[in-house]
Amino acid sequence: MSRLIATRRLVSKIFIPRLATRAFCTDAPEKLNDVPSGSHFNKEPEGDEHFMNDVPQHDIAIVGGGMVGMALACSLASMPLTKHLSIAIIDSNPALSNGPVIKKDDPPDPRVSTVTPSTISLFKDIGAWEHVEQHRHAYFDKMQVWDYTGFGYTKYNARDADKDVLGCVVENKVLHKSLLSCLQNKDFNSTIYPTRLSSLSLPTRSVSSAGASVSSTSSKNLANLAKLDLSDGTNLYAKLVVGADGSKSRVRELAGIKTTGWNYSQSAVICTVEHPTENFCAWQRFLPAGPIALLPIGDNFSNIVWTMSPKDASNHKIMNEVDFVKAVNHALDSGYGPRPESRVFGGDVLSSFFRPDVTSSVHERFEPPPKVVRLVSDRMAFPLSLMHANQYASKRVVLIGDAAHTVHPLAGQGVNMGYGDVSSLSNVIADGVAVGSDIGEVTLLKKYEAERKTANIAMMAVLDGFQKAYSVDFGPINILRAAAFNGANVFAPLKRNIISYASGERRLPFLS
Amino acid sequence: MSHRMFLRSLYRLQNLSRSSSNINPKHAVFAAFQPLLHNRPYANTPQPAASASSVNQTELAKFAAIADSWWDVEGPFKPLHIMNPTRLAFLRSTLCRHFGKDPFSARPFEGLKVVDVGCGGGILSEPLARMGASVIGIDAEEKNIKIARLHADLDPVASSIEYRCTTAENLVEEQMKFDAVIASEVIEHVADPAEFCKSLSALTMSNGATVISTINRSMRAYATAIVAAEYILHWLPKGTHQWSSFLTPEELVLILQRASISVEEMAGFAYDPLTGQWSLSDDIGVNFIAFGVKISQ
Repeated sequence: MSRLIATRRLVSKIFIPRLATRAFCTDAPEKLNDVPSGSHFNKEPEGDEHFMNDVPQHDIAIVGGGMVGMALACSLASMPLTKHLSIAIIDSNPALSNGPVIKKDDPPDPRVSTVTPSTISLFKDIGAWEHVEQHRHAYFDKMQVWDYTGFGYTKYNARDADKDVLGCVVENKVLHKSLLSCLQNKDFNSTIYPTRLSSLSLPTRSVSSAGASVSSTSSKNLANLAKLDLSDGTNLYAKLVVGADGSKSRVRELAGIKTTGWNYSQSAVICTVEHPTENFCAWQRFLPAGPIALLPIGDNFSNIVWTMSPKDASNHKIMNEVDFVKAVNHALDSGYGPRPESRVFGGDVLSSFFRPDVTSSVHERFEPPPKVVRLVSDRMAFPLSLMHANQYASKRVVLIGDAAHTVHPLAGQGVNMGYGDVSSLSNVIADGVAVGSDIGEVTLLKKYEAERKTANIAMMAVLDGFQKAYSVDFGPINILRAAAFNGANVFAPLKRNIISYASGERRLPFLS
Repeated sequence: MSHRMFLRSLYRLQNLSRSSSNINPKHAVFAAFQPLLHNRPYANTPQPAASASSVNQTELAKFAAIADSWWDVEGPFKPLHIMNPTRLAFLRSTLCRHFGKDPFSARPFEGLKVVDVGCGGGILSEPLARMGASVIGIDAEEKNIKIARLHADLDPVASSIEYRCTTAENLVEEQMKFDAVIASEVIEHVADPAEFCKSLSALTMSNGATVISTINRSMRAYATAIVAAEYILHWLPKGTHQWSSFLTPEELVLILQRASISVEEMAGFAYDPLTGQWSLSDDIGVNFIAFGVKISQ
C-alpha cells in the first residue's frame, strides 16, 4: 500500500496542469495524447512477489478505469473470495491518480447516469453508495411521457410497481469519484498504471508454446499469461485482461473480437440546465425529430438529453446560451403542438373496464414540465448508435460495459447494463476462485457471457424498437403511439412491467 | 522400464502427436484412453517414473502437444472439464465442513495434505493446489504424469504439486498418510474395487477424508454414460466404460465400510443439456460422489 501512495504523489505532480480540462468518461484514454515517459512506477521489484523478472504480474488487468472498470475493481475488492486478487488498472486519466475533490458548488457535469435500483444495490454492496450520498444526486418517483401532437400522455409512478423510487440520477463524475474513494479505502492490492494499452499478446497453445522450448520455470509461467504492452514502453502480465475501455475498445480490437452495430441518423445533445425550483420528476416529450428528456439531478438542476438530426445537433451545440434555453423551453412545452389536456381514445372507459387493475396514477392530470432558466454546463453532442460485440469472452480476455455493448442514451440504460456486467463478472470470478479455477479460463468466462449476452441483447432490442417507434413523424403512427401511451397508462400490469424492466429487474416486459 | 515397454509407449506417443496435429481429437482421445482399456493400471505393478532430465527435447515437444489436447477445454476431455467445477464444489463444501475451514477463504485447504489418485493430466490437482492444499498427484500412466507436470509448470501455484508415476498400493507401502484422499472417476477402471478402497483407506489419516466419484450401475447410467456419451454424442471413445464394472452407491458404501471408511455424504451430478452445465443434485442415479471419514482405530 505504501508503495502505491508514494506513486500517487509522484503521478499527481506530473498531471496537475491537465486537471482542469478533464471530464470523466470511459473513452477518456483516447483523448489524452501522450503520457510523459518515466512516469510509470512499476520497476520497484523490492521483494514483491508480483514482480518477477522486473515485469509486473497481476491476476487481473482492467484496461480502462472509467465508471465500469472502477466498479469491477471495487466489486472484486469487496468480496471475500476475490479480495486477495492483485489488480492492475490501466488508464491515463489523471483523475484516477489524484482526482480533485468534488465541491458542493462545482458546476454540474453534463454527463449523468440514471442508476436503477439494481445498480444502487451493487453500489451499496461494494460500499460506494455512501460516497455517492455525500454528493448531489436526485431520486425520482414520477415520470411523464407525452407526445407533441397532444393526443396522449403516460404518467409512471413508482407506486404502480410497489417501489419507492423509479431511479436515481447521479452525475458521472460523482459515480466515478465515489468508486475511486471506495477503492482507496479498501485494503486491496490494486495498482494504477497511468498509461494506455498499445498491444496485447495472448497465449494460444499454452503447453507446447511454453513447455518445450523454455527451460526456466519462471518464463514458463509467463508464457501462459496475457502480456500487455503499454504506451510508455513498459509491459505487464495478467491472467485475465478486462476490456472496460469504452465503445472504441482497444482490448476488443486487439483480441480480434468483431462487433455488430449500426448508426442512427440522429445525434443527442446533452447538457445540464437550471430551473427556478427543484424538479422531482423525469420528463420525456416526443418531438418530430426525436425525444427530449429532462432528468432531475438535484439542487435546481436537470439534465437534458435531446435527440435531433446531426446538423441540428451541431447548431444547438454552438448557438448562444440565451437562444439555446429558449429552444429548450420551446421543445419541452411551448412549441410544436398543444399540451394533452383531455383523454382521447376513451381513457376513462378503458380505465373503468379494467377497474381492478387501474393504477393510482391514472387519474393524475397532465403536468407541464418546469421552465428552464439557465444553461449550467458544456453542451455535448453524440451520434446515436447501437453496437454489440459478437463475443464477450475469449481465452484470458473479457469485455464489460460499453466495450461489449454501446447503446444510445435515450433511456439512460447504458451504464446500468455495464454495472450488470460488473456484478455478473465478479460473481463468476468468485465462483471460479471458489473451485480453484484459472480465472482466465474460457469456460469460466463463457458463463459470464451467457448470463449477460441474453440480458443485454433483450435490453438493446427494446431500446432499438424504442428508437424506431419514436423517431418517425407520420400522422397514423403518431396516433398509434398516442394510443399506446393511453393504453400503457391505464393498463396496470403492462405499466408495472415497463417500470420493473426499466429499473433493472431481469424480466422481459409483457411476458410475466 | 523395460526396453520393449518404452518402445511401445514411444510408438503410442508418435501416433498421438500425429493425430493431434491433424486435429482429429477422436483419435487422440482413443489413444489417450488406450492404456486404461488394455491394462487396468491400478492392478499392475508400477513403472518407475523417468526423471525430467532424461527426456529429450523432441519427446518433450510431443508430450506438450498431447498436454494441449488434454487441457483444451473444447477438446477431447471437454466432459471432464465442464464437470470439474461441480466435483470441486462438492469437495470444497465437504472438506471445509469436515476440517473446520473458512468457506469464504480463497485458499480454504491451506494446511491440508491431499493425494489425487489417478490424477490424469492434473485437471483436479491444479484447482486443489490453487485452493491451498499441498497436493500429490499420482497416476500409473507415465504419459499422464508428464502431461500433468508440463502443464502445472505454467502456473506458479500449481508448480508446487508433486506428480508421481505410481499407484495407491505403492504409496501404502511407503506408509504415506494424507488428510484427504481423492479418487475421482477411477474406481470404475480398477480390477478389484474392494482392494483399491482398502489402499485408499490405508492412505487416509485417522479421521481424515476419502472422496470417491464414479458412475452408478443403473439402467439410466447405461443409457446415458455409455450409449449416449460413447455412441451418440461421442464425448468419450467407445469402450471407455464397462457397465458391469460400475458400482452402485450401496456397494460403494459397503466396501468403504469394510475398509473402515464411513460414508457421511453423497451427491449426484445432474447434467442440464440446455445450459451444458453440471450441477450437484440429490439424484445419484448416474454420476455420484461420496465423502467418507476414516474411522479412528
